[in-house]
Amino acid sequence: MKRLLSNVIPSAIAMVLMLQLSIVSLGAQAEPKPKKPGWPIPVHDSTNYSKLLIDRLEYAWGDEEDTVNWEGQYWYGGDTNRLYIEGEGEDVVSGGEGGEIETLDVLYSRMVAPFWDLQMGAGYQSEYGPGPDKERGFAVFGIQGLAPYWFEIDANLRLSDDGDTSADLEAEYDWLLTQRTILQGRFETAYSANDVPEFGIGKGITNAKFGLRLRYEFRREFAPYIGVSWNKYLGDTADLREAESEDTDHSAVVAGIRMWF
Amino acid sequence: MNKYLEPKSPRSPGRRQFLQGAAAMAVLAGLGRLAPAYAWQQTGNLLADKTVSGNTDIFDLTIDHTPMKIGSREANPITINGSVPGPLIRMQEGREVMLRVTNNLSESTSIHWHGILLPENMDGVPGVSFPGIKPGETFVYRYPVKQSGTYWYHSHSGLQEQLGHYGPLIVDPAQPEPFEYDRDYVVMLSDWTYDDPYHVLANLKKAEGYYNYQKRTIGDFFDDAASMGWGPAMDKWKMWGQMRMSSRDIMDVTGSVYTYLINGLPSESNWTALFRRGEKVRLRFINGSAMSFFDVRIPGLKMTVVAADGQNVEPVPVDEFRIGVAETYDVIVEPDDERAYTIFAESMDRSGYVRATLAPREGMTASVPEPRPQPVERGMKSMGMEHGDMQMDMSSNSEMDHSNMSMDGQAGSSGGMDHNQDNMSMEQGSDMQHDMNDAEKASDWVLKDRKITHGPDNHGSGAAMVSPNPMNRMDDPGVGLDDVDHKVLVYNDLRSLKIWPDQREPEREIELHLTGNMERYMWSFDGEKFSEVDGPVQFHHGERLRLILVNDTMMDHPIHLHGMWMELENRHGEYRPRKHTLSLKPGEMLSAQITADAPGDWAFHCHLLYHMKAGMFRVVSVS
Repeated sequence: MKRLLSNVIPSAIAMVLMLQLSIVSLGAQAEPKPKKPGWPIPVHDSTNYSKLLIDRLEYAWGDEEDTVNWEGQYWYGGDTNRLYIEGEGEDVVSGGEGGEIETLDVLYSRMVAPFWDLQMGAGYQSEYGPGPDKERGFAVFGIQGLAPYWFEIDANLRLSDDGDTSADLEAEYDWLLTQRTILQGRFETAYSANDVPEFGIGKGITNAKFGLRLRYEFRREFAPYIGVSWNKYLGDTADLREAESEDTDHSAVVAGIRMWF
Repeated sequence: MNKYLEPKSPRSPGRRQFLQGAAAMAVLAGLGRLAPAYAWQQTGNLLADKTVSGNTDIFDLTIDHTPMKIGSREANPITINGSVPGPLIRMQEGREVMLRVTNNLSESTSIHWHGILLPENMDGVPGVSFPGIKPGETFVYRYPVKQSGTYWYHSHSGLQEQLGHYGPLIVDPAQPEPFEYDRDYVVMLSDWTYDDPYHVLANLKKAEGYYNYQKRTIGDFFDDAASMGWGPAMDKWKMWGQMRMSSRDIMDVTGSVYTYLINGLPSESNWTALFRRGEKVRLRFINGSAMSFFDVRIPGLKMTVVAADGQNVEPVPVDEFRIGVAETYDVIVEPDDERAYTIFAESMDRSGYVRATLAPREGMTASVPEPRPQPVERGMKSMGMEHGDMQMDMSSNSEMDHSNMSMDGQAGSSGGMDHNQDNMSMEQGSDMQHDMNDAEKASDWVLKDRKITHGPDNHGSGAAMVSPNPMNRMDDPGVGLDDVDHKVLVYNDLRSLKIWPDQREPEREIELHLTGNMERYMWSFDGEKFSEVDGPVQFHHGERLRLILVNDTMMDHPIHLHGMWMELENRHGEYRPRKHTLSLKPGEMLSAQITADAPGDWAFHCHLLYHMKAGMFRVVSVS
């Protein structure tokens, strides 16, 4: 956690600022020339916007331990070029200790098709307590967008600083029960091309995680939810965890808030 | 006859004196009462004071923020001479006008005279026709008035229009009107939000469908299954799902945030037009909204449409009409009972309404119709693919002629036009030529054999869909009105009263596609927003043009050309109606003839305010 604070966050902030600057300058170039000196542009259509989405901030009552889970993203930019900061993690609050920043990515994102962005940048992962902190960094290449039938897709290929390769996929789907009551299904999975025992990862498909969350949008920006989540480790990853006498599947009841600004 | 046409000026024409501020306003329409400084009266129209100097009518207009109540809530709209809407400016054809506009805001402003033909530098579009009016400055507009009819004026700066910066404009004709009436009222429709318009835009940019509370739910799917069977319900879901479009996406900004106004007053304030039994009442409807199409009716009364966009048309009796943003329709009604009638304007998506009253005395009301059922749902016509109504019978499309598909190689794979396959996903749609149905083949629609292509890349990532087979929808009253059991005005009903002087066959065609990507709230022409295009759309001075517009989006768009008329090529041949704003339904294609007789640069844009702000804007250069 200390390393996170001392190294990663400052460098992430520096990167964010640089990317923001470059996106702002891209936006500035896009402005057409005024017709005459001193005249305004008739329509300013290249405004940059930003959005901070806290997709999940939830308490999870698990079989063995309770955790606080979080997942969010921030973007800044225009229609085509954007900066993304995305992250996901959990912190054990009872029945154990420690926690994990599963991903913390800073990405340049560019729309390449009506519903799709290509993304690239740097990622970070860390596990802390009990025992020594563990962390690694990645180069990240991703695709994010809306697939036919309204599936929200986020998929990434990761090359770690130790040369390990992995890929992850997350899909979300919203069922509208009413205009404000929405059932969200989520599916996450990952693949590793290498054994990474330090992080308890074996070669092959590592896990599959399902979630169902029922939220009520008091406002579009503010929606509390309740739900369930279930994670199962698979293949070599499951074997590794079994060898450490850890459970290979976890289920939890969750309650939390989805919000954005 | 026209009892309220000419204001009785207390001043002799020669005196060059101008009243200032609120005192300059007078209420006309028979009441003679002075309006409160901040709002329109419950009856009549608030008239701008006019000073006459020789052949020139002089108006002084002051733009300001004025705190006032709109409905029961406090608001801080932008006002013109202290009111929302601004006062009715009444001009006379054949005279000159001078309009001195003073900006008391802390930001630049402007007034555009919507639909008025005038010199380029008087058109009031900052950055196109002039530099704008800076805080504290007075800009003097001066131009000869060469036309007559019902128009309006509004800001062309930022999002000021959403904040109340608009008002009605009437030009009285030099010749007698071709119809008779006893009373004359402006009915100006608009949409008001207590929220900051830039916040509204940010919401649209950040969260697709932010204001839409009539999306499809699981329950709607089961309802479909119950009414049409599981298979077709599934097909319908798949069809929209493949496109990632919503059949319920009717308006971007809805009654969930808007309070709809008539002459600045919400329903509870009940603006009232007075009549005596047996009188003919002329109602001049102006849609001064930022984003709202309205469906207008007066239950119990037939309305006879006598003018569209200020131009006289062959009278059309209707029970209802849809008015796009920025359009105007003049109707004449003859209430023959000594009772109140409700003027009912429902937003196109049924998310809200505003009513006013037509009554023999003040303070009367009539029953307000039940708003028609939500939700309104778009059918396959909106995809630009179908001739029939919303129906899932895919076999009806099997006779498409594939001979003309070629553009990008991948198109050839779509044998059989199976709507469940990839060619349904519109981003890779191919250029397919429908077999026209017999009715359309027989028609003399000028575009009936036109082959539509969408550029090498289907307009790029700014366009989430294209219409493979855009169609003639000028007989179609539009979404939510297709199955009402009374007469609704359609574009094909509009027949000009006279033949316009320039009858040359167009020597050149310009085709522009209306494009968008809802997910990011991107709006554009041909997939490129204003900042992405190199230069203006070029018209050659003096030429006769055909402008062809193709709607490649799932929304209705009112397209406005400044400085020149668009003569809509509907079924009336040389009796083409002239319009300044043409509303296109999804999947629609239409054309207009234009005489490029106005040298200079002119704005051309979607009149949905946030679409324009997002880049659905071009400059047309006539030289």
